[in-house]
Amino acid sequence: MKKEWPLWEVFIRGQHGLNHRHVGSLHAPDAEMAIKNARDVYTRRKEGVSIWVVPSAQISASDPGAKDSLFEPSMDKIYRHPSFYDIPEDVGKM
Amino acid sequence: MYAQMVKTDADKVRDISEMSPEERAFQERIDRGEKIEPTDWMPDGYRKTLIRQIGQHAHSEIVGQLPEGNWITRAPTLERKAILLAKVQDEAGHGLYLYCAAETLGVSRDELIELLHAGKMKYSSIFNYPTLNWADIGAVGWLVDGAAIMNQVPLQRTSFGPYSRAMIRICKEESFHQRQGFDIMMKMAKGTEAQRRMAQDALNRFWYPSLMMFGPSDKDSVHSAQSMAWKIKINTNDELRQKFVDQTVPQAEYLGLSIPDEHLTWNEDKGGFDFSEPDWSEFFEVLKGNGPCNRERMDARVKAWEDGAWVRDGLMAHADKRAAARQAAE
Ligand SMILES: [Fe+2]
Ligand SMILES: [Fe+2]
Repeated sequence: MKKEWPLWEVFIRGQHGLNHRHVGSLHAPDAEMAIKNARDVYTRRKEGVSIWVVPSAQISASDPGAKDSLFEPSMDKIYRHPSFYDIPEDVGKM
Repeated sequence: MYAQMVKTDADKVRDISEMSPEERAFQERIDRGEKIEPTDWMPDGYRKTLIRQIGQHAHSEIVGQLPEGNWITRAPTLERKAILLAKVQDEAGHGLYLYCAAETLGVSRDELIELLHAGKMKYSSIFNYPTLNWADIGAVGWLVDGAAIMNQVPLQRTSFGPYSRAMIRICKEESFHQRQGFDIMMKMAKGTEAQRRMAQDALNRFWYPSLMMFGPSDKDSVHSAQSMAWKIKINTNDELRQKFVDQTVPQAEYLGLSIPDEHLTWNEDKGGFDFSEPDWSEFFEVLKGNGPCNRERMDARVKAWEDGAWVRDGLMAHADKRAAARQAAE
């Protein structure tokens, strides 16, 4: 019998309340082992307080070829940024 | 280096005008400093070369655990033992980060491991030298990890995203490796006369093999030029070797140890040391499999892989069975 352990994507949340962040991947037979392995491989130096693992095969990704149509539209909407608006200094901090 | 003499399949580096539109767009992205991600279009040669290079790098991290692992049970104090254990565990982690980076290119980890065991992939020549006594563990951390850092720091800027990210993680952990090695050397060099002699002897044996880690001069190599154009190699072998020597000589002086090179002299004009080349015929022999420990290292890897097969298969079978039972219950 020969079957390679499936690949898992590992997400770690650090101590300071930030989101879980993708840190890499690893092989494991199941989710439980994936979490145990993730602890050894990705948190040897207090990198996190919470681990998520997701089978890599379950990740759906955007098409790299569609980069322009997906992300270009946000480029010309500078009014979405606070710096677009001139608020007179008299108004104070806003 | 941890990846030595990686071939690119290129017989010459092509000018941008000779490239297909796809290739040109790809090269321009690299020239602009953009990262290439696994799902992006890439030339076949880039993919193949990276698989070779990252795979070889990963194998080096894993095989590199053997010479140091040899001393975990014989470390002189409990503290040194805990430190060495942590260091060797880091190297296992480095191997895993790198296998994962290689896997994004469409090769599996098991395939890479089997290629290594079949003698079709290499690992760094340095790990075919024995660690004969405790001072060698100091020399390995100081010199071997020191040389590895020299190569890995610039690779953080490499063009392939997953490789670059693995390098960033690895570099964060490497500095501890070199410092714990230097710390051992300090203790021994400032210890009893017998300890000082052991430290000098370790330096004598590891100096030239460490210089070999950078590989022979590649200033005229097509492979090297192609890899540099692709930004999967950042500096020439000679540049890195020079930097390593310039950094290490004052450290040896601090230890009161002498570099085993009678031609070592400061060259004011180039602002660096002149030094003797290692014996490249020895290097090529080691690469061919005829170093002092090649056979022992490969036997240990193959044995670990084969002895572990029933565990890997058993855990997989158990996971499959539980998944099937869960599905049946739904
Ligand atoms: Fe390492
Ligand atoms: Fe290291």
